Amino acid sequence: MTGRVPARERAAWRLIDSGQLLLIATAGLFVVVAVTQVAAVGLRQPNVAIIFGVLIALGELFRMVMPGNREVAPVAAAGAMGYALLVGVGPEGAPPGAPLGVVAAEHSALQVVAVTAVGMLVGSLPHLALGRVPRPDAMARRLFTVALTALCFRPMLVLGLAWYLLLAVMGVVVIAACFTDMLIAATIRAEAVRARFGITLRDEADATMALCAATGATAMLIAVATTAMGEAALLIFTVPILVTQFAFRRYAGIRATYLETVRSLSRVTEVGGYVEAGHSGRVARLAVAMGRELGMAEEELLELEYAALMHDIGQLSLGDPIPGGATVLASPAEQRRITELGAEVIKETGVLDRVAYIVRLSSHPYRTGREPAGDSGERPIPPPLASRVIKAANAYDDLVGDSADRDRGAAVLERLRLDSAAEYDPAVVEALSRVVDRRPRQ
Amino acid sequence: MRGLPLAAWAYVCGVVALAAGLIAASSFAELDWNKLAVLALLFLVCDSAPARLNVARARVSLSFAASLASVVLLGPVGAALLGLVAVVTGQRFFAPIKRIFNGAQFALSGFTAGTVFDLLGGARFHPEQARWVGNVIGPFLGALVTFVVVNLLLTAGVLLLSRQAAPRELLRESGQLAVGCLGYGMVGLLIAGLWPRVGPFAAVLVLLPLFIARWAMDQAYAQQQAHAATLAALCQAVETKDFYTRGHSERVSRGSVMIAQEIGMRADRIEAIRYAGMLHDVGKLGVPTKVLQKTGTLTEEEFAAIQLHPMRGLEIVRNIGFLDEALAGIMHHHEKVNGRGYPMGLAGDEIPEFARVISVADAFDSMTSTRSYRAARSIEEAVRELRRGMGDHFDPQMVEAFLRALDREGWEPPNPVVLPDDDVVETTQQDHDDPSAPLRVAGGDGVRHR
Repeated sequence: MTGRVPARERAAWRLIDSGQLLLIATAGLFVVVAVTQVAAVGLRQPNVAIIFGVLIALGELFRMVMPGNREVAPVAAAGAMGYALLVGVGPEGAPPGAPLGVVAAEHSALQVVAVTAVGMLVGSLPHLALGRVPRPDAMARRLFTVALTALCFRPMLVLGLAWYLLLAVMGVVVIAACFTDMLIAATIRAEAVRARFGITLRDEADATMALCAATGATAMLIAVATTAMGEAALLIFTVPILVTQFAFRRYAGIRATYLETVRSLSRVTEVGGYVEAGHSGRVARLAVAMGRELGMAEEELLELEYAALMHDIGQLSLGDPIPGGATVLASPAEQRRITELGAEVIKETGVLDRVAYIVRLSSHPYRTGREPAGDSGERPIPPPLASRVIKAANAYDDLVGDSADRDRGAAVLERLRLDSAAEYDPAVVEALSRVVDRRPRQ
Repeated sequence: MRGLPLAAWAYVCGVVALAAGLIAASSFAELDWNKLAVLALLFLVCDSAPARLNVARARVSLSFAASLASVVLLGPVGAALLGLVAVVTGQRFFAPIKRIFNGAQFALSGFTAGTVFDLLGGARFHPEQARWVGNVIGPFLGALVTFVVVNLLLTAGVLLLSRQAAPRELLRESGQLAVGCLGYGMVGLLIAGLWPRVGPFAAVLVLLPLFIARWAMDQAYAQQQAHAATLAALCQAVETKDFYTRGHSERVSRGSVMIAQEIGMRADRIEAIRYAGMLHDVGKLGVPTKVLQKTGTLTEEEFAAIQLHPMRGLEIVRNIGFLDEALAGIMHHHEKVNGRGYPMGLAGDEIPEFARVISVADAFDSMTSTRSYRAARSIEEAVRELRRGMGDHFDPQMVEAFLRALDREGWEPPNPVVLPDDDVVETTQQDHDDPSAPLRVAGGDGVRHR
């Protein structure tokens, strides 16, 4: 454990890679320019600015983390985008014949950026006070999206469009902002987890599309309602996004608990003395890193992680633990029995059938694979990628354990390489070797 | 539906006739049919995808939003007509009588709510005027409450008369239902407020986030089911170590929930105790098999190994984001009220509430199950044993609560264990949970009770 402390310390600055740095710098530049400009010209329609600023601050206060460690703040995002899309501030005191019959909103795009930045900062203060480290890249991304929306939309206001055209333009701008947000997030993620851009983009779309749609719709709703009815409407028209946020928070919470449960309960094999302490956790971490290296998508990675955590659960059904707990040293028949039993246990859940399938085939050799379904003349099909990954990760951890000795690791890798093509998938072993190479030196 | 009692038939016919009469008697001269058609479409879309609540039999749908919007936009007659659309809802029940009743009750609710809205003066204001929200919010709330109350009362009536529900259940469920209905109904004001400006597009903007929220809730629900199933399966895997204790966790979980409900715990705590009961013995895996399988007297070390199992369990589940209470329940489920339990020897109120609950359910299930050294005891014997341990081993309040729940709901003891003939099967000779057969420990002073 002590070996990992320096790695953690280094992580603080290492986590910010070039892409993130660029994003943060751009967002910072926006903020500086915006604040300077607003300070020079003065705040237009301060009442509206303050109300939206408070909404953004509150939204930022209640930001949350979605599966995949994605920080989101739907209420703040909807509020800020709504401010960017604001056309007017209600019918009260409107001069006769004013466009749409409302008082026009006078704030500039830069004022939107300034108000959003201040709101985000204020909303982050309580988090800081509680000692939670802010995520500058996520905040910069949110700010950047809002700035883009404002810069695209606010110049259009001089055209004096009618309601339906306005709505259409708003829709286009919101969708464009959503995609930009996803593109940036995917770029950052690709760099952070070393995955291909195409894969992270798909993951990002899968994970955030629904929330993006809800946020965008509410932003338009807020803009239209405040324009039509004045800033009092803002209060009741944030209700839909509050409901959405509540639902997503619940979903994220349950998913996190689910993973925690599987992570914790997979340790029963360790407490029972069947496997070495920390084995399942290490195999899972290794397998996920390898899966990423091999270009697996996030959903597949989750299944892979579950399967890796529970791959030894079948040992519970054995009378006596295998000596040392290392299944790699057991006979093929015994290995197969353990994974069969484990798959039975997992199948009992009724919801993790694919995980059970992965575990069941994780003891099968690469070359012979699963038995062909039909005639014996057919060529055997190799087990699924996830099973091959777990087989290699399990063998590596069984032989190396929690030792950080690089020579031992290299020797084990060499042994796996010799066995590859028959026992292990060569591509998977190469992925393993890359993952192991990347680990910080002792 | 064939078995519907006469009173229920009469009631349904009465409601339908009343709705039909009201609609027939009103004039449709001022009605905006286009608006009605769009709202009706909205109503149908929403009503066909109702949201899941924790209440099993009833579902709340966003159609409430459409109804309340029509109350504001169309007045009582329009709202009544809109309610009729419920007859052709896409929800999956096909009995025509149910559909007709639903349509009639929505029509009646809409009509009364519209009337209340008019009486309170809500119809005087127009959304394009300044301060519309402030002016109309009072009448709207009146209409909303009327709508929800009429709706729930009419539905409760038919459930009661057709004997599908007891008054007690209805009362318990109606609270949550009412909150859901009121919340969804509020959305109607948002739609109505924006309608004059952007027309049906208002509904899209308002409802899209809500539909997405509903989708997320469904996802959350599915995840929760999956979580519970996985937890149960893993607990079962742990139990396979001992043939006799199969199903023990599941039953202790059930017993703990019975007690928790009886003493009126909050829903989220009941959920936590369900899991705590399930996981209470997971640490037993850390006890060497040879100790559990040993016949006769245990040595001090072996007894210590058994005493350690709550801590081992805690160690396993500590990182799961449970309520802390569930963890305390797992750790202290072998404490006794007289302070002679383990691992800490807490006494009386020092023992966490969850632990006192689990302890009773745990002992009861152990006694009513077959063990290698005795047959299962009858429920009466086990109850006697629980009573004997009141104030000494068990918290009297929990025992009383359990016995009350037992009287009402009954208890299904596990099937008698028939050991399979092969010798792979594992059995244990020691049951640390059984208060009627304490573990025998060899110590300086001979046999010591655990």
